[in-house]
Amino acid sequence: MAISVKVMRRPEAGRTSYMRATLKGMSLTFRHMVRPTKVTLEYPEEQPELSPRWRGTHRMEVHADGRPKCVACGLCPTVCPANCIRLVGGEDDQGNRYPIVYEIDEFRCIFCGMCQEVCPVEAIHVGQHFENAEYGRDRFVYDLDRLMEQDHPTTLLWDPSDPRSE
Amino acid sequence: MGEMQELSTFWFVTFGAVKVVAVFTVVMVVVAYMTLAERRVSAFIQDRLGPNRVGPFGLLQPIADGLKNIIKEETMPGTAAKFYFVLGPALAIMPAVVTFAVIPFAAPLPTPVGTVDMIVADVPIGILYILALSSLAVYGIVLSGWASNNKYAFLGGLRASAQMISYEVALGLSVIAVLLLAGNVTLTEMVWKQQQLGLWFVFPLSLAFIFFLISALAETNRLPFDMPEAESELITGYHTEYSAMKFSMFFIAEYAHVVTASALMATLFFGGWDIPFWPGDDMFRHEGAWIRGFDESGAPIPTTPSVLITLLTLGAFSAKTGFFLLLYIWIRWTLPRFRYDQVMHLGWKVLLPAALGYIMLIAGTMLVLDQLGVTYGMLYGLVLTAVSGVTTLAFLFFVDRDRVISGAHRKRTPRAGVTRPVAGTGGRPTSS
Repeated sequence: MAISVKVMRRPEAGRTSYMRATLKGMSLTFRHMVRPTKVTLEYPEEQPELSPRWRGTHRMEVHADGRPKCVACGLCPTVCPANCIRLVGGEDDQGNRYPIVYEIDEFRCIFCGMCQEVCPVEAIHVGQHFENAEYGRDRFVYDLDRLMEQDHPTTLLWDPSDPRSE
Repeated sequence: MGEMQELSTFWFVTFGAVKVVAVFTVVMVVVAYMTLAERRVSAFIQDRLGPNRVGPFGLLQPIADGLKNIIKEETMPGTAAKFYFVLGPALAIMPAVVTFAVIPFAAPLPTPVGTVDMIVADVPIGILYILALSSLAVYGIVLSGWASNNKYAFLGGLRASAQMISYEVALGLSVIAVLLLAGNVTLTEMVWKQQQLGLWFVFPLSLAFIFFLISALAETNRLPFDMPEAESELITGYHTEYSAMKFSMFFIAEYAHVVTASALMATLFFGGWDIPFWPGDDMFRHEGAWIRGFDESGAPIPTTPSVLITLLTLGAFSAKTGFFLLLYIWIRWTLPRFRYDQVMHLGWKVLLPAALGYIMLIAGTMLVLDQLGVTYGMLYGLVLTAVSGVTTLAFLFFVDRDRVISGAHRKRTPRAGVTRPVAGTGGRPTSS
């Protein structure tokens, strides 16, 4: 693509009227003063509209009986580029694998959403949620119980056949 | 009817004290709400919301600000000159709050014990008192800038001294035109003269008003002339090192100056507390009686002060002052800051000679009118309005389009027909 350079021509001496420019500026600011365009989102009262592909706080999907859907396959800690997932897997009497420890450090996480993409059983998700402020740093390592408690909507994965989510 | 009952000394002192307290309180409240209005209006201009959290529409914000400034830590730079550092804010705020004393803010108020002038102190030197005291304000700024022992504060102080002294000249000269027409320096009489003329002085002295407006902006250190503060260049200039209530005092001083300058503009050029198109509110002390004017034969027409008129005129005065307060904010958030040399150039090389010439013109016109026997009244005013209008248009024509003042890049621009900067060569003239 050709680079287009816009050359700003300075008006020649005596061609610009300062008076007119000043009055024009004053009328412009006056118009905004009497009829301001509303752009501010008054956040705590008004909530922003999050995109369906917004990647925020994680959540763990659960079965109807309350068990986590995770099968401790180990793909998410492997794929995680920030190395923020700690997973210790176990096996029960029937030979079903389940996570003994599943921790996500939300501080290290870069919210790329690859854990969600790689998960074979659609257990771990990133969600459409961002209000995760806490009083202490230690509260930012989410354990399995905490991940299962989250109930915000999960993120829609990117669909190559519908790149704009339309 | 029209007979005047003078106040006894006791009531004079009592009402004086009440007026001092009332005016001081009102000015301080207006200053507090000016800071809020500034933030809200600037926010609206920039499509933001501004402070709207404390109270309905943020109306309690000034109280929160004041409280915060009182309980904040007062920092004291280790290398500052301590005595002058503390003296600075006090010197800055004092002239700002006392200048309002000579501005009449309403028609006289009748009371059972006599008529009370709605002015804190009707001193016979009027406007001279304001000029004298407002020029003291620069000492606070210079002193605090120097005592801070900070290069930015120092530069701010230097700029303040140069700018405020320069523009005082233009301010004083623009007021002289008003003095010529009013024939007196007391502000009460200026209001009366405007009522007699039937025209506010802004019409017969339009150019003086423009000079006064520009100089007042420079005197109060407001944009586009806020050289002493100039955030982008000097951090915040002279009050860089100040915190908490000391900083707040500079802030109050600046806004008190703005309020006084607005009230002064309303009084000198917009009839003060006069209600337009209604002679019923005209009122002046004349040979021991209240009069509304003079009839054809020159006999005084008596009038009676009334509470209703006092309230109405107070409203008129507040509306006019409020308009100028808004204008101050409006200008601040529209125009960019001048460069320092441009400020000096405008003050000394444009405003000073133009104001001097304008005084000569007004004096000459008045002399001619007096010689022709035109009485002080509507015709007198209209002739002056015509002369001033033409002069104003001529002045605006000549300062516009680089004829007198221009930006830096125009300094070396050759005249037409020699060489012209060509687009795309970075402004350099082509070699051909």
